[in-house]
Amino acid sequence: MYSVEFSEDACLDVREVGGKAAGLAQMTVAGLPVSPGYAVTAAAYREYLSQEGLRDFLDGVLDSLKGEPDQQAFDAAGEAVAQRLGEVSLPESVRRDIATAYEELCRSTGLPNVAVAVRSSATAEDSVGASFAGEFETWVDIVGIEDVINHVHRCYTSIFAGRVLSYLSEKGIDPYAIEMAVVIQKTVRARAAGVMFTISPTSGDRSKIVLEASWGLGLSVVGGEVTPDRFVVDKVGLEISERLLGDKRIEYRRGDAPVAVPADRLEVLCLQDTEVLTLAAIGKKLEKLHGGPQDIEFAVDEDLADGANVVLLQCRPETVWSNVDRKPTFDPAAGVMSWITGSISGATGGTSPDQLHAH
Amino acid sequence: MSTQPSRFPFFHETTTPEGAEGWESMYPYYLVPDEETRSEEDSRFWFADTMHWSRGAHPFDSIGAEAVYLGAGQNSTRIFALPVSLGLDVRIVNGYVYISPIAVEDPEKIQERVAHFQERAGFYYANWDELYAKWKVKMEGAISSLGSISFPALGELDPIEVVTEARGRSTSWNIIENYHRLVDEFFLVWQYHFEFLNLGYGGYITFFQFCKQAFPLISEQTISRMVAGVDVLAFRPDDELRGLAKLANELGLVETIVGNSQPDALFALLAESPEGRQWQAAFEAAKDPWFNYFAEYGFTHDQETWASDLSIPLKGISRYATKLAAGEDISRPIERLQEERDEIVDEYRDLLTSGEAAQFDQLLQLARKVFPYIEEHNIYVEHWAHNVFWQKAWELADFLVSAGFLNERGDMFYMNRFELDTVLFDVVESWAIGVPARGRKRWQKEIARRRPMVAALQAENAPPAYGIPPKEVTDPFAVMNYGVTTERVADWLGANDGTSANLNGIPGSMGIVEGPVRVLRNEKDLVLLEPGEILVAPITAPSWAAAFAVATGVITDIGGMMSHAAIVCREYGIPAVVGTGFATARLTTGQRVRIDGKKGTVELLDAVLAPEAAAVAMTADSLKV
Repeated sequence: MYSVEFSEDACLDVREVGGKAAGLAQMTVAGLPVSPGYAVTAAAYREYLSQEGLRDFLDGVLDSLKGEPDQQAFDAAGEAVAQRLGEVSLPESVRRDIATAYEELCRSTGLPNVAVAVRSSATAEDSVGASFAGEFETWVDIVGIEDVINHVHRCYTSIFAGRVLSYLSEKGIDPYAIEMAVVIQKTVRARAAGVMFTISPTSGDRSKIVLEASWGLGLSVVGGEVTPDRFVVDKVGLEISERLLGDKRIEYRRGDAPVAVPADRLEVLCLQDTEVLTLAAIGKKLEKLHGGPQDIEFAVDEDLADGANVVLLQCRPETVWSNVDRKPTFDPAAGVMSWITGSISGATGGTSPDQLHAH
Repeated sequence: MSTQPSRFPFFHETTTPEGAEGWESMYPYYLVPDEETRSEEDSRFWFADTMHWSRGAHPFDSIGAEAVYLGAGQNSTRIFALPVSLGLDVRIVNGYVYISPIAVEDPEKIQERVAHFQERAGFYYANWDELYAKWKVKMEGAISSLGSISFPALGELDPIEVVTEARGRSTSWNIIENYHRLVDEFFLVWQYHFEFLNLGYGGYITFFQFCKQAFPLISEQTISRMVAGVDVLAFRPDDELRGLAKLANELGLVETIVGNSQPDALFALLAESPEGRQWQAAFEAAKDPWFNYFAEYGFTHDQETWASDLSIPLKGISRYATKLAAGEDISRPIERLQEERDEIVDEYRDLLTSGEAAQFDQLLQLARKVFPYIEEHNIYVEHWAHNVFWQKAWELADFLVSAGFLNERGDMFYMNRFELDTVLFDVVESWAIGVPARGRKRWQKEIARRRPMVAALQAENAPPAYGIPPKEVTDPFAVMNYGVTTERVADWLGANDGTSANLNGIPGSMGIVEGPVRVLRNEKDLVLLEPGEILVAPITAPSWAAAFAVATGVITDIGGMMSHAAIVCREYGIPAVVGTGFATARLTTGQRVRIDGKKGTVELLDAVLAPEAAAVAMTADSLKV
């Protein structure tokens, strides 16, 4: 099989599916929902390169770049490869497996001709030790089997793009040490999206999870174009302790331009309680997994069924409060009687001990 | 429009309810505001202690206000030397009890008191369990001493033993002595009450402060859930009701018990079958001491205990039995509650650094050590000791009726404790001399004057506060126990101008609920509460727990997150907003509200009840009474 779903064990094999796909598979296995999809394995890429003397052709092109080529030479080589690879379509076995996987994705999402993102997920030998972030292309809103296959094909070609070849050369990496696996993933149709902190970003309270979300894609939240709805959840016990309606007049239905939010959704919270709680549970899990508070981007996909519609887009460590050196409330050297004396001598109900010693 | 006033009325600005003119003469002079102390009284902040006296106090019942604030003052000011707080000053205004926290402001004085406090309180914290065990023995002693008091009627002659034992002392003197003992033991019990209470709060507040610092947004409920006991004395009376409901179910007696609300009729019926007799035996066994339990707080002579009005516990049993028969589980899952509590604690602890966790552990242990006292002391003091105290007071009233001094036993409570002392001397000396008591007519006339005055005082609600509020309410006990916070005081001031439609209070127990309210001023009305209603009361006592089986929410006039109402509501998972100041005055039975026990808000859904509807609701109430 040249394609494996994120939920399959085989998708955890980073050498065969690349870092990006393996990451998505890890999250799926851990119960951390990502937009559904599958990987086209590195084996498919190898099978492709074994077609019609492509390998010999590539050897020739790469040989021509020995010495000290300039960027022009890399670009020319890239164009030559693009043209040659363009003439050789993917082998039937690979096409068939991609098609089967795509049809299965259409079936499981209930969406005929589901729009997908096609993203490169380059694999590399451990010795390479370099990052390819941003080197390879991603295409969104790809629809239909033929177009998906075409874009997998384009991913393959992209390894030999002029700027990639020059980057590899600079790093002293053999282009053959890189193999191209491809991620095919449902394009998120965000009914609502936003960010979640597994710590209160304003107070640093570690027992709270705070979500801010608005209609459509998360662009409006991140860009500060709306006042998002705000939800606060108790990390312990997972109960929503606050729902604050925002002011959400625009939304990004697609990534290009904002549109006005219809009147009937203006005064409505964009997340349901069940969605907030699902997200909070995920946030809690991610925090545990990474050993510290996280800053998470998420969306609620309107194409997907309730209960399976929450998807994670990104997760990174929270940096503001997590790096603060936390001191205990009371002076450890003073002893408990002194702590009691301070507490009994001042206000309660949210007044901090610092304020309390002021009088 | 008016801006928010910066103070409450002064005592001398208040108007006396019609028919209560001259009420001041009924109470000891030091409980009544006075011209001579006006400037000092005006400069302070006084709030209504409707938690203990939800109605205007009969003259005799003002002994409670003396005892409570004597004990509080002795322990705070003189025994343990709380660094920044002395006692709570006390006044009676229009029959209601008002208190004012007295602060220590001189920094040098505070420093001196800190040293004393650490030595004195430190001794108690270090030996808590041992001293608490001693406390129980002291309390049991005081309760049994109260129980040994009697006021037998005086016969024509002293008994012969006075002669054969050469006592040289008439039994009539026992009346005087026993009255003094009754008063003394009562004051003693209240000194004991505060022996541990402030220190208990201190231990708890320290843990509370820690949690608020470590988790700035943590709710008060969450903190108290980490500390509160699951299997404590406070829940025992209610657990007895659950147990009796369960037994009734097993014996097939649910219909009999639910169908007969009159205790006498029910017991007659039960006596006819072996199952009935078995159940009745279990009921009798539970009665002492668990039904020596005031349906309210035991601060007035006319409150019933479960034991004195068996329809109260029987109604509770009926409610549980009905639920049980409908297949509901009425048991309090102690193990599960304990596990939940441990899980919450572990999860919060996991969020802390190791330095914080060490303090968390230490302070949680301290809070849990002191908390049983906070939860349990009411059973000993307000329920058991007060129960005996009032029983004996009634016996004394019977003595005065038997001596021909009073026409009705209830009349005695129109005299304050000093007046009663003089009356007893009059009665005993006149008996000894062999003449009629001199004050009989004089007091019957005075009681006739006072009766409508007290009724007029009780017909009015107590305004929540008088005087000049502090910028910030810092007295930890005002905050923790009474729910008198800076925000609440501001709300009361705002509400005074009559523009605020909704009510704010202290979040007592989480949850949101909507429904019609049932306003109850008196525990006797508790039977009126219908399923689905939100209970509105000046306070709720722990003993109202059985009513919580039908109430969907609770609103009180006074009380903080550590008030007994809040503690019990959290335990039973019923949303509660406490310390609203005005709920019983503002709300009318039948009116629909939405309460949010997390935010502490009461939203009026029927903005203003039509006057007719209000009238109907009132009539319905009075008819049912």
